[in-house]
Amino acid sequence: MTGREAARQKPPLAFINARLVDPETRRDEAGGLVVKNGVIADLGPHLRRTAPEGVEVIDAKGHMLCPGLVDMQVFIGEPGAEHRETLKTASHAAAAGGVTTMVVMPDTNPVIDQVALVDFIQRRARDNAIVHVHAMAAMTRGLKGEEMTEIGLLKRAGAVAFSNGKSSVANTRVMKNCLLYGKDFSALVVHHTEDPYLSASGAMNSGEVAARLGLPGISKTAETIMIERDVRLVEMTGGRYHAATVSCADSLDVIRSAKKRKLPVTCGVSINHLTLNENDIGSYRTFFKVRPPLRREEDRVAMVRGIASGDIDVIVSSHDPQDADVKRRPFAEAADGAVGLETLLAAALRLHHSGEVPLAILLRAMTSNPARLLGLHSGRLAKGAIADLILVDLGQPWVVAKDGLRSRSKNSPFDEAKMQGRVLRTLVAGETVYPYPQPGRT
Amino acid sequence: MAAAPEPQPLVFPHRHLLSSDKLTGPEIVSILDLADRNADTNRQRTPKRDVLAGRTLINLFFESSTRTQSSFELAAKRLGADVMNMNVATSSLTKGETLIDTAMTLNAMRPDIIVVRHHAAGAVELLSQKVDCSVINAGDGAHQHPTQALLDALTIRRAKGRVSGLVVAICGDILHSRVARSNIDILNKLGARVRIIAPSTLLPPSPERLGAEVYTDMWKGIEGADVVMMLRLQRERMDGSYVPSSREFFHFFGLDHDKLQKAKPDAVIMHPGPMNRGVEIASTVADDARSVIREQVEMGVAVRMAVLEAVARHLRDGDDKA
Repeated sequence: MTGREAARQKPPLAFINARLVDPETRRDEAGGLVVKNGVIADLGPHLRRTAPEGVEVIDAKGHMLCPGLVDMQVFIGEPGAEHRETLKTASHAAAAGGVTTMVVMPDTNPVIDQVALVDFIQRRARDNAIVHVHAMAAMTRGLKGEEMTEIGLLKRAGAVAFSNGKSSVANTRVMKNCLLYGKDFSALVVHHTEDPYLSASGAMNSGEVAARLGLPGISKTAETIMIERDVRLVEMTGGRYHAATVSCADSLDVIRSAKKRKLPVTCGVSINHLTLNENDIGSYRTFFKVRPPLRREEDRVAMVRGIASGDIDVIVSSHDPQDADVKRRPFAEAADGAVGLETLLAAALRLHHSGEVPLAILLRAMTSNPARLLGLHSGRLAKGAIADLILVDLGQPWVVAKDGLRSRSKNSPFDEAKMQGRVLRTLVAGETVYPYPQPGRT
Repeated sequence: MAAAPEPQPLVFPHRHLLSSDKLTGPEIVSILDLADRNADTNRQRTPKRDVLAGRTLINLFFESSTRTQSSFELAAKRLGADVMNMNVATSSLTKGETLIDTAMTLNAMRPDIIVVRHHAAGAVELLSQKVDCSVINAGDGAHQHPTQALLDALTIRRAKGRVSGLVVAICGDILHSRVARSNIDILNKLGARVRIIAPSTLLPPSPERLGAEVYTDMWKGIEGADVVMMLRLQRERMDGSYVPSSREFFHFFGLDHDKLQKAKPDAVIMHPGPMNRGVEIASTVADDARSVIREQVEMGVAVRMAVLEAVARHLRDGDDKA
């Protein structure tokens, strides 16, 4: 039984005394909300104190009720590396973090490059996951960057976007044809932007810290060159393009100028690049080894400003579970990646608490913006919208403990970090999939 | 002149047939008229004539072809010419030799007409500049295949009674197709409304400048069409470079009964051959009563006879001065 079917059979539910926040319309007011049959039946100030007769009532106690987050970059281990993460474990981490929709990346074994594999993900998610799961399909077979996949058929099967996973398509002609062919199907191409030759064997951001640590560097130019190239190809083909995770100020300049020219170009940033920098690596802490690498503080500040200005459209967790075997190694040999589903919202709220980014703009980058890019009808707090909701205590302090994380892998760069803002309840299609505190847990 | 043996005068002031863009509307019509009569004659028991008696025709094919080459051979023989087939694609004649040297060699044999197919656009024109005889383009790269377009026009005219005003949808690999380029040109000159349908990867840049309405959605492009002309998609283009797979291509751009329902109920179905059944055209559609694919082959001989007859008038010591 899916969450939606369960919700249909459940009696209606009402929140009263809530702070209603719809990032898309910037609605931010005290009120109440009624959920019926998995959708938002009504909302507004008139429901602040009183709920309709015969419904289950939840007193929000003034806390924020907003759309659940849409995370468009989640790496999992299913199929092929279930010891790191499954759709089930990832979905529990997502629910606890306030993420109600996760888009899973095609970097699995086998790679999600065929209709039958998109179907596999959807069936496994339906049976095991407690949040919505959508597949991002590979844009080239086996993610090898050589031959296009069946973009038309994959999209019909439910793939929400197309990506080459953690690698860039180095062959310019292949990239051009993916954009050109994808355009006929309005397919969104989400590209990891890193010139594979310039960044080869690099372990961290190229610069002073890398020089001191004696680690091979990855220059920001490797990223910027790829985005520059891609923008030219978008100009040539008219295909829809999204730079998956930008990490430096120069890349943002390229994106900004493309947007000024009205090209169908958007970009995202990972939560890591908004809240951490290369200095956090300290003495070779591999949990801070991610791709693209953490950059200088100036770049981090530029990313935060990019969110505030709207130049960056989307924030992703870039959740990438890695087990101890591949993380407990010399820095240059350790795997890239950090888990992030469960800490995405709390870490992002740092930017709100610091006053750098207004709440609605911050949330928009994790709700309605990614939903619109992916063509999903979620991320909105509106009458008739699907009841993917989170109730958040914006002020509650807590400390991240990696062993308490629900993800099967514990490689969090936020271990022992102090957070402010906690998800109290997560609803997916009207059904509560996460209540805080959870029985038997802290 | 009053007692001219031809019922209608043939207008064809050209020594070669290299490209459709050199032909005017009236010239095309007069070739089609002549070919139309040839088609009727060809159905009689003794179609053979002697217009080209004593003439030599060389079929020079740098790219292997079965139907075009045999069609030209048969057309020439029906008109009484001596035919020599040189399949350069498989012979050692041109080992290491440049195209121009090959042309000079053949020219020294003093043929009257050379029919050329070459894989490079412009090669036939280059060759025509170096020989004394007439040259007919039987396909040069992705450039032109004028006799194919003429036979397609004749097939349409015989099936529909006219070409002017018809909506002709050409679907498939437009980017690499000489058939499409020749057809867009000739059908436009005959007053048809031409549409081209293909994924963007199989369209040239600025496709609308070719003189056709452009569609990347076949269901829309085929709507209300009087003629649906499918093009061959070569296998090496379905491996993920231009198109992801033959399965996906057939789903979105293959002609099946579902998409065909959008066309006019009496729409005719065409294909220049050879067909990839199940890739660009469903088997049942290819064999449908509305399919005129076999008529296209028949008209091929008739049209090529007309073209040979037309250029023969300009040969040295030509009998057009009688």
